[in-house]
Amino acid sequence: MSEAVISLRNVTKSFGDVLANDNVSMDIYKGEILSLLGENGSGKTTLMNMLSGIYYPDHGTITVGGKEVNIRDPKDAFACGIGMVHQHFKLVDVFSAAQNVVVGIKRKDGFDLRAVSQEIRKICDKYGFVMDPEKKVYDMSVSEKQTLEIIKVIYRGADILILDEPTAVLTPQETERLFDVVRNMKKDGKTVVIITHKLHEVLAISDRVAILRKGAYIDAVATRDATQEKLTEMMVGEKVELNIDRPEVKDKKLRLKVEHLSCYNTDGLQVLNDVSFDAYGGEILGIAGVSGNGQKELLESVAGLQNTMPGSRISYYSPEDGKEHELLGLTPKKIRQLGVHLSFVPEDRLGMGLVGSMGMSENMMLKDYSEGHSIFTDKKKPKALAEQILKDLKVVTPGISTPVRRLSGGNVQKVLVGREIAASPAVLMTAYAVRGLDINTSYTIYRLLNEQKSAGVAVIYVGEDLDVLMELCDRILVLCGGRVSGILDGRTARKEEIGRMMTTYAGKENS
Amino acid sequence: MAGAVKKEPFVRLAKRDGMPGFKKITIRLLSLIIALIVCGLLIFAITKLNPLEVYSTMITGAFGTKTRIWSTIKEMTMLACIAIGLAPAFKMRFWNIGAEGQVLIGGIVTAGCMIYLKALPPVALFAVMLVGSMIAGALWGLLPAVFKAKWNTNETLFTLMMNYVAIQLTSFFVAKWENPYGSNTVGIINQKTQEGWFPAVMESRYFISVVLVLLLAVLMFVYLKFTKHGYEISVVGESENTARYAGISVGWVIIRTMLLSGALCGLAGFMAVAGASHTISTSTAGGRGFTAIIVAWLAKFDSATMLLISLLLAFLQSGAGEIASKCKLNSYASEMITGIILFFILGSEFFINYRLIFRGAKEKGEG
Repeated sequence: MSEAVISLRNVTKSFGDVLANDNVSMDIYKGEILSLLGENGSGKTTLMNMLSGIYYPDHGTITVGGKEVNIRDPKDAFACGIGMVHQHFKLVDVFSAAQNVVVGIKRKDGFDLRAVSQEIRKICDKYGFVMDPEKKVYDMSVSEKQTLEIIKVIYRGADILILDEPTAVLTPQETERLFDVVRNMKKDGKTVVIITHKLHEVLAISDRVAILRKGAYIDAVATRDATQEKLTEMMVGEKVELNIDRPEVKDKKLRLKVEHLSCYNTDGLQVLNDVSFDAYGGEILGIAGVSGNGQKELLESVAGLQNTMPGSRISYYSPEDGKEHELLGLTPKKIRQLGVHLSFVPEDRLGMGLVGSMGMSENMMLKDYSEGHSIFTDKKKPKALAEQILKDLKVVTPGISTPVRRLSGGNVQKVLVGREIAASPAVLMTAYAVRGLDINTSYTIYRLLNEQKSAGVAVIYVGEDLDVLMELCDRILVLCGGRVSGILDGRTARKEEIGRMMTTYAGKENS
Repeated sequence: MAGAVKKEPFVRLAKRDGMPGFKKITIRLLSLIIALIVCGLLIFAITKLNPLEVYSTMITGAFGTKTRIWSTIKEMTMLACIAIGLAPAFKMRFWNIGAEGQVLIGGIVTAGCMIYLKALPPVALFAVMLVGSMIAGALWGLLPAVFKAKWNTNETLFTLMMNYVAIQLTSFFVAKWENPYGSNTVGIINQKTQEGWFPAVMESRYFISVVLVLLLAVLMFVYLKFTKHGYEISVVGESENTARYAGISVGWVIIRTMLLSGALCGLAGFMAVAGASHTISTSTAGGRGFTAIIVAWLAKFDSATMLLISLLLAFLQSGAGEIASKCKLNSYASEMITGIILFFILGSEFFINYRLIFRGAKEKGEG
């Protein structure tokens, strides 16, 4: 291996009481593809943000190309040849690709956009990107936006690229294309750091893996010597069983019937188009699709939070008396008053499922605070429930009145899932239930969902990790552009097939 | 590779992760003391007066005699009443900048009752004024709330503009009720007979206002903290999506809360007219509708703290008036002092939330 292009020595960063990086010392070598592996909250992004000038270390030194540097802002980072593509894109929607590439660069004589476009085409040819420099960002797909972000940092002369969770938003096919580009960049002598928590990607693309755990640097290993089990153990700190249970479906009963569901979003775009499916008690129905293809609206329609088009029907079959209830057109409160046991773990945990400024206890009564005739809220029951969940799910919090916003992502999700399950649902809908969670918490969630399934609940699991969907779910519904492009058996579905159905509907490419 | 060897930044900010309560109070007190020192230096630099004398003049100005104490308390009750009215709206993150107008409308109705209904028995007149002023204020708050709930209009602009409508209406009624003719003021209403005036209790006409405001403070505390309505207000203020998810009718909560907020501001107008000035003019609200916003936010909507901050501001105002006349400073000087003190109190919040790290500082993670 050649010389270290970046050396970090004793780099420490804390936010309040939280130590995000604890005395990290590591090297990045010239011309390598390095995976930075760690669970959510292990400090990967924070560490890289100190290289890209977003944060400044509390102490420790950074050496780039043999010289000690102080990277105070992204401009300093570019001066060192470091460019970072963040998980959340930083693009101007109404600008074209070329305009976005040069925005923020100061130059006295202005820019010749045509020359910039030429330059962009050259970069595309060199590394195998596909990008029209004139295209506006609002016309771009997520993967195109990502491509643009990468072009942007290359245009600005970065030799060391840091990609933060680049595959989180991509389909399997798009991921393959991205990896081809990354390999081309390596051939060109560039150094690439990929932040990730997906093991199979680490093994597929990188030369070396550096592992962080709870802010501390654990070790780096050559990818060819690594296995999934070994990496997981280093990442979590203990041996973890990586198999997800899938109990056999018993006693399947129709609980929810969705027919011809269509709706528009607030921008007037049709986001659901004639969606029909059944959900059964005793099974887990997975919903796959590229993020933003109608998953959110689908669940919110069932929950009574979405305006739908005429002709749509959503019927609920009560487990108590078998009666059918039409849910469309009802508010969440009316749905509850009908005796419908519907639980919903929304994607936006603190922006929809919970009140961030309130403690666990007050969050417990969010859905049933209005029960009873007293004008005062009953604080005893929610308190007891909060203590129960705290104990059962091992929520880590200073106390049940600590604002849930201050808890870590995994603990926030435990609070939310705990409350929704405590309502003893007949239908349990979850959206991206394990997004951002560490491995142990993710497995806790899978276990809870399986328990609900075995108890006869109809579980709907909207997910993004296809491997998990294929391991956990009994059936997988694939959404593409707001339409159902197919429903597959989870036990026999193949990943490539799901990936294809996510981007094509009835053989046609979805734009 | 251009090795950018630059110096470490001179000063950096880091967010604190919460702070023990006593430390927060210490910082706030400290900021008050620093503010007084800065004011003192400024006073000395400009006027060569002894700052301590100026301060003691302020204290005599605010609390020197019984009349002055009551006058300070009157000012405090007005501010506190409006702040208590604003608290539920702001807790719901509804930017009610319209207290000024809501107070005026309440005041107009009160004055109207005093003029036209003075034949009623005192208790009945009192009740009519109380209810009437609250309804008027509530309606003034209702309009922007309905527009917000139905069409999501911007309530900041809407409530602000409603103030100007209220001011114009007040001008109209001042012209209509002009007394004596040609004075362009309403004069003291019912000066001889005192119909509709708050009676004096404990030797003061302001006593009833004080009791009313204290009662409101307690009720508002309970309302926000322990009732279902209060819970709904908190949820809507935090996130409308969460509120919808919980099955709360967001529009209705907005309307209901603004009715309450407007009603309490209208009540402040009632107190200002029937309980204090016994007249109505465009300056009846006198900017208190805006000052009360500061009171509500500084107190984070806590009733007891709102009372304390109202007292501080009322003290500054009465005291400042006194130094203006005693020390031959004009009223701007006193406003400067108020401004400096508020600046430091608000600024202290920054140090409660953040800490500064200077270049070369070796320490890590101070409490």
